[in-house]
Amino acid sequence: MSRLHRVTIEINGEQVTASIAARVNLIDFIRTEAGFTGSHLGCEHGVCGACTIEVDGAAVRGCLMLAVQADGANVVTVEGLAGMGRAKNLRAAFLAENALQCGYCTPGMLVSALEYIESGESSDRATIRAHMAGNYCRCTGYQAIVDAIAAVIESGEGA
Amino acid sequence: MKPVDFNFERPASLTDALELMSRDDMNVVALAGGQSLLPMMNFRMVRPDILVDLNGLDELRGSEIGPDRARIGAMTRYSDLASNAELMARLPLLASALPHVANSAIRNRGTLGGSIAMADPTTEMPAVMLALGATIRLASRDGERSVAADDFYLGYYESALESGELVIAIDVPTAAPGDAFGFYEVARRRGDRAMAGAAIARRNHEPRIAFFSVSDRPVRGFSAERILGENAASVEAAEGSLKEIDFHGDLHGGPDLKRHLARIVLRRAWAELQP
Amino acid sequence: MTGPATIFDKPNAYIGKSVSRSDARRLLEGRGRFVDDIQLPRTLHAAFLRSPYAHAEIVHIDSTEAETAPGVVRVFKGEDLIGVVEPYVGILTHLAGLRSAPQMPIAVDRARWQGEPVAMVVASTRGEAEDAAELIAADLDPIPEACDAETALDEDAPVIHPELGTNLAWERLVEVGDTDAAFSRDDVHVAERTFRFGRHTGVTLEPRSAIAEFNPAEGKLTFWYSGQAPHMMQFILAKHLGLVEENVRVVAHDVGGSFGIKIHTYGDEIATAAVARIMGRPVKFVADRFESFLSDIHARDHVVNARIAMERNGLIAGLEFDDLSGIGPYSMYPRTSAIEMNQVLNLTGAPYVLPNYRARGRVVFQNKNMMCQYRAVGHPIAMAIADCLLEDAAAGIGMDPVEVRRRNLMADDGYPRTSAAGMKLDDLSHQRTLQELIDTMDYSGLRIAQAEALANGIHRGIGFVSMVEVTNPSPMFYGVGGAPIASQDGASLRLDAGGGLRISSSITEQGQGTNTILAQIAAGVFGVPIERVTVATGDTDTAPYGGGTWASRGAGIGGEAMLLAAHALKEQVLEVAASMLQTTVSALDIREGMIVDGGGARISLSDLARTVYYRGNELPSDLNPELVATRHFRVTGFPFVFTNGAMAAHVEVDTETGLVRILNFWAVEDCGRAINPRLVEEQVRGGIVQGIGGALYEECIYSGDGQLQNATMEDYLVPMAAEMPDIVVKHVETPTKTSILGAKGAGEAGTGGAPAAIMNAVNDALRPLDASIWRMPMTPERILKALGRI
Ligand SMILES: Cc1cc2nc3c(=O)[nH]c(=O)nc-3n(C[C@H](O)[C@H](O)[C@H](O)COP(=O)(O)OP(=O)(O)OC[C@H]3O[C@@H](n4cnc5c(N)ncnc54)[C@H](O)[C@@H]3O)c2cc1C
Ligand code: FES
Ligand code: FES
Repeated sequence: MSRLHRVTIEINGEQVTASIAARVNLIDFIRTEAGFTGSHLGCEHGVCGACTIEVDGAAVRGCLMLAVQADGANVVTVEGLAGMGRAKNLRAAFLAENALQCGYCTPGMLVSALEYIESGESSDRATIRAHMAGNYCRCTGYQAIVDAIAAVIESGEGA
Repeated sequence: MKPVDFNFERPASLTDALELMSRDDMNVVALAGGQSLLPMMNFRMVRPDILVDLNGLDELRGSEIGPDRARIGAMTRYSDLASNAELMARLPLLASALPHVANSAIRNRGTLGGSIAMADPTTEMPAVMLALGATIRLASRDGERSVAADDFYLGYYESALESGELVIAIDVPTAAPGDAFGFYEVARRRGDRAMAGAAIARRNHEPRIAFFSVSDRPVRGFSAERILGENAASVEAAEGSLKEIDFHGDLHGGPDLKRHLARIVLRRAWAELQP
Repeated sequence: MTGPATIFDKPNAYIGKSVSRSDARRLLEGRGRFVDDIQLPRTLHAAFLRSPYAHAEIVHIDSTEAETAPGVVRVFKGEDLIGVVEPYVGILTHLAGLRSAPQMPIAVDRARWQGEPVAMVVASTRGEAEDAAELIAADLDPIPEACDAETALDEDAPVIHPELGTNLAWERLVEVGDTDAAFSRDDVHVAERTFRFGRHTGVTLEPRSAIAEFNPAEGKLTFWYSGQAPHMMQFILAKHLGLVEENVRVVAHDVGGSFGIKIHTYGDEIATAAVARIMGRPVKFVADRFESFLSDIHARDHVVNARIAMERNGLIAGLEFDDLSGIGPYSMYPRTSAIEMNQVLNLTGAPYVLPNYRARGRVVFQNKNMMCQYRAVGHPIAMAIADCLLEDAAAGIGMDPVEVRRRNLMADDGYPRTSAAGMKLDDLSHQRTLQELIDTMDYSGLRIAQAEALANGIHRGIGFVSMVEVTNPSPMFYGVGGAPIASQDGASLRLDAGGGLRISSSITEQGQGTNTILAQIAAGVFGVPIERVTVATGDTDTAPYGGGTWASRGAGIGGEAMLLAAHALKEQVLEVAASMLQTTVSALDIREGMIVDGGGARISLSDLARTVYYRGNELPSDLNPELVATRHFRVTGFPFVFTNGAMAAHVEVDTETGLVRILNFWAVEDCGRAINPRLVEEQVRGGIVQGIGGALYEECIYSGDGQLQNATMEDYLVPMAAEMPDIVVKHVETPTKTSILGAKGAGEAGTGGAPAAIMNAVNDALRPLDASIWRMPMTPERILKALGRI
């Protein structure tokens, strides 16, 4: 057995320290060590986007990062967005447009959508769709998600 | 779908990294952006004894832009490249290709060096580097060497990179006035690895044409280059000359499909060529 | 004031309004509770060793090394579960002649598909369980396989279950009128095609998952799973683990997509429950994506030879086809794998007046993953056969595809009637939905633009489908055949002391908005603001007994039960109120949480409830202190309630690359009363996108020897945002007379109809090039082949 690594990660504003094997991915760490179960694994090979989270401000695939790599990093998940009052308008728009059904994709969708909105991009639907192309949703057919993002941008009030 | 157990090292310097890489009694694997490696580790197709994380090596990150070349550190992420306006202005072909690489979250982690080292024949970067005539800079504990992109790719996921070596940088000729570039890719879905693609760089009326996702490695269309170099309008003849390529099929279809698509992407990339 | 006539228009009615889903807030803040979110102390994690071969004798399995690997608690082989789990067989008595073989959760002597479990490891972590699974020395001896459904019935094909003699699982023939005579007329145009529908699968974003915990002190099993039918699962676990039903509790909290995938009996889940019982510790199994592709049921996989005879005036003279589908090595338990073919025979041509109809269907065993019911069971095949042949024949006689439909679709005023296959139809609106569709899409304008584009070398096409969808099934669907699948559903409504309403329902929520719809009905019918209603579903310990969510039945059946319960509770409450206020029930109503009479608000519901619950001394002694009502509902008189719709696709085919781009998609849906129009639209949109997946992208690609070639999300292509169109959805409402509510289902129409519309549109685009394609998914390679380019 390999040695354990003691890592400390700031997750949603909380310092979480644990000794873990190197093979533990960041999402498993967040879910089982820190107990934030909002982020999900959908494929564990980078395609579905369910695990998309913010690491040091960048939207990344949580399944394609090892927890040891995030030692010292600042991680924000869907719970953190809510807890820190971020993406309030985006959540309201998701609710208003019914941009989620089962909600399993939603934590990743929100992070990808937030990255788009915060980068100051336009509400052009094709551009939104292109940006969201890495997040799979089996339920909605995507249109309501695009509607929600476009509505937030058009409101001019930020995410 | 969890990786095998392994030891993890995060060297703070290239020297330390190369020292770790030099161990030949074990399967030592370098980790860059992890956007190809970690899926393969999750699939247990790659089973490292030691994983050497290169993300602590600031010396491998960032670009230097010289008068006619840019040196891009291996650990420069796609998102760093795309947000470097000066670099993008000097490397328009790279700028055209980058948006086709996966999606934003992958580009926020994936690195140019990782893509070059991966030698995945379906991806954009190797072909872009081939078209631009880039040079891959490699280092091992025993020293450094450079390999032209033309000589680097040997087969499916196979390159001139030897065990113990790391890609440390890529030297890319930058655009000069009068140069023209074209890029076209056919993919089933946006950001997917391509069904076929072509990258073209034309300098002094001499085009270099590189195809990806048509063979077991990125390949040049030498006859097409010659034909189009002599007469920019003879696209049809250039398409005809592509028979010389050793086409390989994949899940999208057989060599016939690839041969057909190579003609189409050549035509469309060529049409994109802007002076 | 309390009669049904007023429930749709009184002031606090919510039925018909696009109320947003308040329970979605939880999910937006990451506070859902999916199975893998549950972390019980001392949980063991399961990993399965699965057969790498499509067909193999299990010679010997040596788990010695695995047993001693770090973290491993135990390894189970197939034989370890003999006597623990009673084998199951996927047959239904009303599908006469359907055959299958007994199945065990872990293969015992033979593995019959690549991916079938052959051993199970339980360990402290999933990683350790996987490590150990690699250490199991499994001596499997590959034997000849029968993978291709089209050759599985050949004389020399290996027989998968020797005791059954052949690989034929079931065969059915429907014959109405004189089809031979229709086709031999010399005044008809005949169009004949071979359709191929690829295998695809559900790819729910949350994989199948289960946690089982056995409490030996009480002999009680609790099974949290990601599924759609808790009571069915309760019966299955009880029966096959030898427990009494009341000692099995099945709980489905949040479910990350289901679409029919999570409504079947999977060996790995049954083994999880069995092993939890043996070990007396919680066992968790969460399928990884490989396992999803290799073991979640697959769907479709049909080859259909079909032809249509059309008179010169466009009327259909006859329709005939032969459908062959491969279902994997077993018929899935308990719903069977024969239902899809059965539906193809039942539904093909059902929108049309069809005097002569002959259809044969065969389902055959093969060494591939099992095939079973997935969203829109049989519909995409049935709709494509009829509507693609219809447009093909119409083109053959030079008639517009809309006109040919107008001539053949059943008249809206002609119901009730039966379809050619004998389906009872009522309350449908094919002509009206088609007209609404044509108006919405500006058909004539599109045709002009299409011609202009063609002149510029751009190949665009327009295609249609007119469809029926099976919803609200009666007991004639499964129950009649002996399956433990309830077709009735129940709802319980309780007035709490605080004046809020608590719903408990047997239908389940996977994101369609079931809970919201129930709350809308209850709030509106009873008379409280919707914010005062909470909903609980998915727990067999507390929910009324019922079928759960499948076959688009939640709103229609569960909703009606809700409506009846709300009425009943209202009557009870008004009786109490009348007694307290010394007046009559008929003088009272409930509005916005208040008991009202002609003069206005008299007493709040919470005052009333507190009086009943706490101060019964103030009430007459003969007054029943009961503020809860439960009602159940089932559909009678019809085997199913049909809905209908019309859809159109507008596509552009890149004839050089073979890529198809969907430019527009329109759908007009008649699902009876739309309780929440937005939710209906979103069901339709999501369904259409799944249909687009089947038409253009999704396929489980197998090698000749039964190896799934694309068991990753990188290689199995699901529809993603960038390629999907914006979809216009319109409603026509023809309420069903089978219920007061009048709601039918809407969950599957999109998936059932979209593929045919897209195939028609692609063929419309290819027609000027004299090419056509009859195989789904319509991949670039197949389109280029159809065009003769490769
Ligand atoms: C869903 C998805 C879609 C994708 N789509 C595309 C696409 O369309 N186009 C595309 O180009 N790519 C695509 N990728 C791959 C992505 O671009 C990868 O990031 C890239 O191929 C590898 O870069 P990396 O930095 O992540 O390398 P890693 O994954 O870390 O490493 C890749 C390989 O290279 C080796 N390696 C890495 N760096 C070095 C080095 N400096 N020296 C020596 N060896 C090294 C590693 O040991 C490993 O074998 C996709 C990935 C995913 C998950
Ligand atoms: S779980 Fe990370 S992308 Fe699917
Ligand atoms: S809402 Fe279910 S996957 Fe997106």
